Amino acid sequence: MSLDPATVRRIAKLARIRVSDADVDALGADLNAILGWIEQLDEVDVSGVAPLTGGSQMAMRMRPDVVTDGDLQDDVLSNAPDRAGVFYAVPKVVE
Amino acid sequence: MILTDLTLAQARAGLRDRQFSAVELTDAFLAAIAEVNPRLNAFITVTGEAARAQAAAADAALAAGDTRALTGIPLAIKDLFCTKGVRTTAGSKILAPFVPPYESTVTANLLRDGAVFLGKVNMDEFAMGSSNMTSAFGPVTNPWTRAGDNRALVPGGSSGGSAAAVAARLALGATATDTGGSIRQPASFCGIAGIKPTYGRCSRWGVVAFASSLDHPGPLARTVEDCAILLGSMSGFDPKDSTSANLKVPDFAAACRRGVKGLRIGVPREYRMDGMAPEIEAIWQQGLAWLRAEGAEIVDVSLPHTKYGLATYYIVAPAEASSNLARYDGVRFGARTNGADLIELYENTRAEGFGAEVKRRILIGTYVLSAGYYDAYYLKAQKVRALILKDFNDVFQQVDALLTPTAPSAAFAQGEKMDDPVTMYLNDVFTVPANMAGVPGLSVPAGLDSQGLPLGLQVLGRSFDEETVFAVGAAIERAAGFTALPGIRAGG
Repeated sequence: MSLDPATVRRIAKLARIRVSDADVDALGADLNAILGWIEQLDEVDVSGVAPLTGGSQMAMRMRPDVVTDGDLQDDVLSNAPDRAGVFYAVPKVVE
Repeated sequence: MILTDLTLAQARAGLRDRQFSAVELTDAFLAAIAEVNPRLNAFITVTGEAARAQAAAADAALAAGDTRALTGIPLAIKDLFCTKGVRTTAGSKILAPFVPPYESTVTANLLRDGAVFLGKVNMDEFAMGSSNMTSAFGPVTNPWTRAGDNRALVPGGSSGGSAAAVAARLALGATATDTGGSIRQPASFCGIAGIKPTYGRCSRWGVVAFASSLDHPGPLARTVEDCAILLGSMSGFDPKDSTSANLKVPDFAAACRRGVKGLRIGVPREYRMDGMAPEIEAIWQQGLAWLRAEGAEIVDVSLPHTKYGLATYYIVAPAEASSNLARYDGVRFGARTNGADLIELYENTRAEGFGAEVKRRILIGTYVLSAGYYDAYYLKAQKVRALILKDFNDVFQQVDALLTPTAPSAAFAQGEKMDDPVTMYLNDVFTVPANMAGVPGLSVPAGLDSQGLPLGLQVLGRSFDEETVFAVGAAIERAAGFTALPGIRAGG
């Protein structure tokens, strides 16, 4: 599978990363080189193999469904690039 | 006595015997950082004032008889661990303004045990790299150089700042993380020891996430025993990490003294790669001879899916990264680049804030998770990952540990291997499989190549059997008698 410029733009849009027209070709070449190299996995027979989803071989732990933390408004907002009172501020979304 | 020459274990004994104070020890390292760091760029942030205050508190604790595992021990912290009130950048422009309001569990454990933090150390951006060349805060220089050649070498990555700081004696040890080799490969390149413990041994809570199912916090230090002491403090059950293992932390330092008599050590034939430097093959054989001489039995074994580890990694890791890094949107924390509307704000923020390698991996990850490609790439990779785990499970029925080279080469020069991303990825060919399987892996310096650069050997063990890994690593360390020193170092 090979990525054409339109696909590179579509992925970049999905990933919310602006890519300039000048960069699309070079980026596409990089991504194609990586994907071409990854295709060696085609030769592995995985029929009947269950996917391994995590790093841990242990069962996920259950925890009580209770509040353990809170009242940290100032901490939570302390790194906001822009805020209005106790809210994050962003450019106007709704006219 | 040059305080910066001490190992962590020696410094701890010296503090307890009152040969010197914690403040004197910390001041010696801060002076070393001021002198040597401009040549290495290992530290992004030095927290001298806070370090002196922690050292003074350590002296008071020692005077009061409150002696903990790391009381008064100066450490460097990889800039991926959130430290309360101290900027944490992950080596990225997008987190340049980020000051965490909380402390990671691993660093909190170290502080609980009395450690002193000298500052935050450099790394590949978001831990994505094997050379420290992708940091937004500039490359780190390896304290070692080739004989008769002054060109700056890379310290490896992603924990390049951690490894360079420890090798140059700017800290007694450092925290690090390993997602595909980022503790072990820098340890090999810088002539120090480092262990990636079992997945679940060290909490990931408060560590900036790259690929959650592959990320392993662990220590770097000058000796295997020092790594064991640090890992003992860093480890432990953490309810805040859903994958944290609720297991008792063994006495890792005691395991270093066990010896290897009667152990069965496997030699995986797939780690003998075409074109591998003869010196690496030679040091590997030397390591096996040392273990045999100490009473271990050497057994040829097979891990048939080894060669697919890297390709699998470059699907799984970018997929998880594309999801984890979605949070950097310029709204809640980190840097923002404005735009006409919210979507443009996101796109501009991420275009400006992320470097080229991080963008490549986010885009690969987005692609392999996108509709129509998920089964062909991501699901397939998860199945190959299961086969890689099965390889390890099968082989650990036959042997107690494995011995392999850590990396396919010694340290290379800054700017080398930068032509295409895949060449750089091949650095991690021997280290990646352990991340896929979650098993522990340690790198120990074993010798020098003909250019005078350190080479490491890797010991792999069963899940949650770091003790055997430490026993084997310490035996190699004793046999190797590695005393060579880098040209750039404190007191050098």
